Amino acid sequence: MIKKILITDENIDFLLKIEELSDQIITRCDQCGVCSGSCPLVSEMDITPSQMMRMVQLGQKEIMDSKTMWICASCYTCTVRCPRGLDPSKVAESLRQLRLRQGLDHINIKNIPKDEIEILPQIALVSAMRKFTS
Amino acid sequence: MKILYYPGCTLKTSAKNFEESAIASAKTMDIELIELTRWNCCGTVFSLTSDDLIHHVAPIRNLIRVQEMNKQGLVKGEFRLVTLCAMCYNTLKRSNLRVKENPEDLEKINNLMYLEEDYEVKVEVIHFLKLLEDMGFEKVNEKVKNPLKNLKIAPYYGCMLLRPKEVGIDDPEDPTIQEELLEKLGAEVINNPFKKVCCGSYQTVQDKNIVVDLSYSILTRAQKEGAEAITTSCPLCAFNLDNRQKEVKEKYPHFKEIPVFYFTQLMSIAFGLDKKYCRFDLNYIDPEPLIKSKGLL
Repeated sequence: MIKKILITDENIDFLLKIEELSDQIITRCDQCGVCSGSCPLVSEMDITPSQMMRMVQLGQKEIMDSKTMWICASCYTCTVRCPRGLDPSKVAESLRQLRLRQGLDHINIKNIPKDEIEILPQIALVSAMRKFTS
Repeated sequence: MKILYYPGCTLKTSAKNFEESAIASAKTMDIELIELTRWNCCGTVFSLTSDDLIHHVAPIRNLIRVQEMNKQGLVKGEFRLVTLCAMCYNTLKRSNLRVKENPEDLEKINNLMYLEEDYEVKVEVIHFLKLLEDMGFEKVNEKVKNPLKNLKIAPYYGCMLLRPKEVGIDDPEDPTIQEELLEKLGAEVINNPFKKVCCGSYQTVQDKNIVVDLSYSILTRAQKEGAEAITTSCPLCAFNLDNRQKEVKEKYPHFKEIPVFYFTQLMSIAFGLDKKYCRFDLNYIDPEPLIKSKGLL
């Protein structure tokens, strides 16, 4: 059955905000699925990268509750393969940034076990703090 | 040849084995790596959003230090900045590119650092592997005293040396730069189809299981192809592929541990340098038994 989706001004505002932050013309995405097929972490996600792109196109803010943006490791495999020249990693970062700019951190360093903190190199801790905290 | 060098944080701690073996190998090649003065952390990850300029301050400030060192006469007309760490390379290179392509961003970043001199956008960020390639791998070959004969090595690239394309040191889909170097060192190069698959990167902090599964796939695939060891150029890949073998073994008991080298450690061995430069004490899986079994130590 065909599902009709009503696109409101609020939906469009959300799309435009993500387009501005990511500097991507997200409506160019044709939903070919190359990003999802290439993503090394897709099996850990609840929403695939191409579904994420579609939800942003439609301005569906529910994407903010998906764990996909937090699983993205910014490996840029999708970036080099997108036939439309889009960069889904920038879209994921924009979504993360919107959440972090509410002061809502994704991880709390206090919850990382002490034995892990002792062995994790700076490169791991700094990058995780940059990606997951405000 | 004197060239400026940016170490980054991890090369001064858990990746000392990368730095010390690189400096010693470079010296053998008559390259003097001069450490950048007053360098700071690059931030490890490149800021991807259009309005987030503040996180480009750290990388660009490092590039200003290159200008200063030229003005102080510590180097003459040498605006190349060499990195070893793949993540530092990516972050510095991309921030440099962003200000090159966006003069208005450069102006804002210069203003954010009002008391620093303006960045003149003259610096070229270059990875050590690329520097060697530019000099000619033949020159590497000339220094080999101890060819890595019968040592079966699968190069691993990870992400930050290759992607995105505009900063990659090689073809993002089919890189060969490490293969070329390893061949000149006398090693038997093993093709690893997973050589450019992400190791999970910083996910190792929030959920190490993600990394354990990826590392298991990458390492066992290399082993299936016949690899006895793999190489890397990234301290985070090294942590995930080497140190996380502890958890890989716990989850997959049939897994057989495999040493992970920084490519510069293999250069040091092939150049016949004192093994102290390799700092094998910092490798999680001890590579010495393998090296000794090949009569290379």
